[in-house]
Amino acid sequence: MSVIVIAVILTALIFDFTNGFHDTANAMATSIATGALRPKVAVIIAGVLNLIGAFLSVEVAKTISSGLVDEAKITPVVIFGGLVGAILWNLLTWLLGLPSSSSHALFGGLIGATWVAAGGSAIKFAGVVSKVLLPLVLSPIVAGIVALTATYLAYRIARRGEEGTITRGFRISQIVSASMVALAHGTNDAQKTMGVITLTLITVGALPPDAGPPLWVIATCGLAIALGTSLGGWRIIQTLGKRISDIQSPQGFAAETSSAAVILVSAHLGFALSTTQVCTGSIFGAGAGRKLAGVQWGVAGRMALAWLLTLPAAAVVGALAAWVAGSGTAGTIVVAVVALAIASGIYLASRREPVNANNVNDVPAPQPVTVGV
Amino acid sequence: MSIAWGSLLVVFIVSFGSAVAVVVLVAFALVALSGRATATTPDSRPALMTAGTGTAVAGVCLVAAAAIVLYGLYIIVA
Repeated sequence: MSVIVIAVILTALIFDFTNGFHDTANAMATSIATGALRPKVAVIIAGVLNLIGAFLSVEVAKTISSGLVDEAKITPVVIFGGLVGAILWNLLTWLLGLPSSSSHALFGGLIGATWVAAGGSAIKFAGVVSKVLLPLVLSPIVAGIVALTATYLAYRIARRGEEGTITRGFRISQIVSASMVALAHGTNDAQKTMGVITLTLITVGALPPDAGPPLWVIATCGLAIALGTSLGGWRIIQTLGKRISDIQSPQGFAAETSSAAVILVSAHLGFALSTTQVCTGSIFGAGAGRKLAGVQWGVAGRMALAWLLTLPAAAVVGALAAWVAGSGTAGTIVVAVVALAIASGIYLASRREPVNANNVNDVPAPQPVTVGV
Repeated sequence: MSIAWGSLLVVFIVSFGSAVAVVVLVAFALVALSGRATATTPDSRPALMTAGTGTAVAGVCLVAAAAIVLYGLYIIVA
């Protein structure tokens, strides 16, 4: 195995790690916000279940490795460039506390890098639209509708019960539903990195075309995403749990159950959707599904902007990185050093106003403003 | 370019059906369990059912919800 292939695999695992801590919020933000789970316990549970989830399915990995770009026309350097774009966008949005899509970042980085290195003909636009873009657009809407309906029905039914029992019961249920989302996240997102590594191995002839990920790829990807998840991306957890709506336990349960259902069904059918967008859609749906609940639509607007920018921004960085790295070994080293410097800068910037397990819930509840059903 | 509208529809229907069913079943289970709490609190609203019946109904609802979740996982793993 050549040095560049090893470098790509390591970079892919670093991306997987950032994917994990960027997306811990998807599974655990509402459980932490409602007090169903203590923050540190929540992220450790999420990490373990991410690892287990990584072994459940490989359908999404196959979509990534054979459905987006023409593997005959790209090289490991191109994939390296794409991964750099995805990692830097993930870190930047984490710093800003924005739950943007790691999947969008990955696909954007790969598409941008491939375009620069091999031209537009190397991109399978039909596959990109039908297997990636369309689900990415539709999935948060579907998740929102499901969560809104589930939340509305939960409150309608639960108002006939005793308040203490209802609150306690939904909190306990949230532990199960959040665990399901963590499992679903491992199933869906770990596969994306598996797909990238598999794609790399196909491009150098180490695997035949249309091959699925080998066991060692599944295991290392599962471990990387689990490690990232168990560290907790507290900034995004705070945004999703506290800045969208004043989430109560029935809403948290409904949102998590909806997210888990949408992600698992989609993963089973090979749709590489964004777990972040699904979970965010569910939380907005759950916020709107409670009578008189306030939803912070200003926050939604900022998230939507980040979502729109993610794919093109990662594509531009990926293209630039692939262009520089494509000039030879020196270019690859330059890209790695610059990326490391930017990542270090982002980390240092995050230390100015640290968000951690101790202060993640220290945010005033959003004021009710608009939506009631 | 072919878009798998059928599969997307399946995602919506199965997600909607399973998630709403699980949430509704858990909500019914908790309402049924409320009978136990109201039975021990004299000034609370009258319970919909007795503590024993409530526990039985809650058990059935939770088993049904768990069955949906486990069947979903079985389909994915199998």
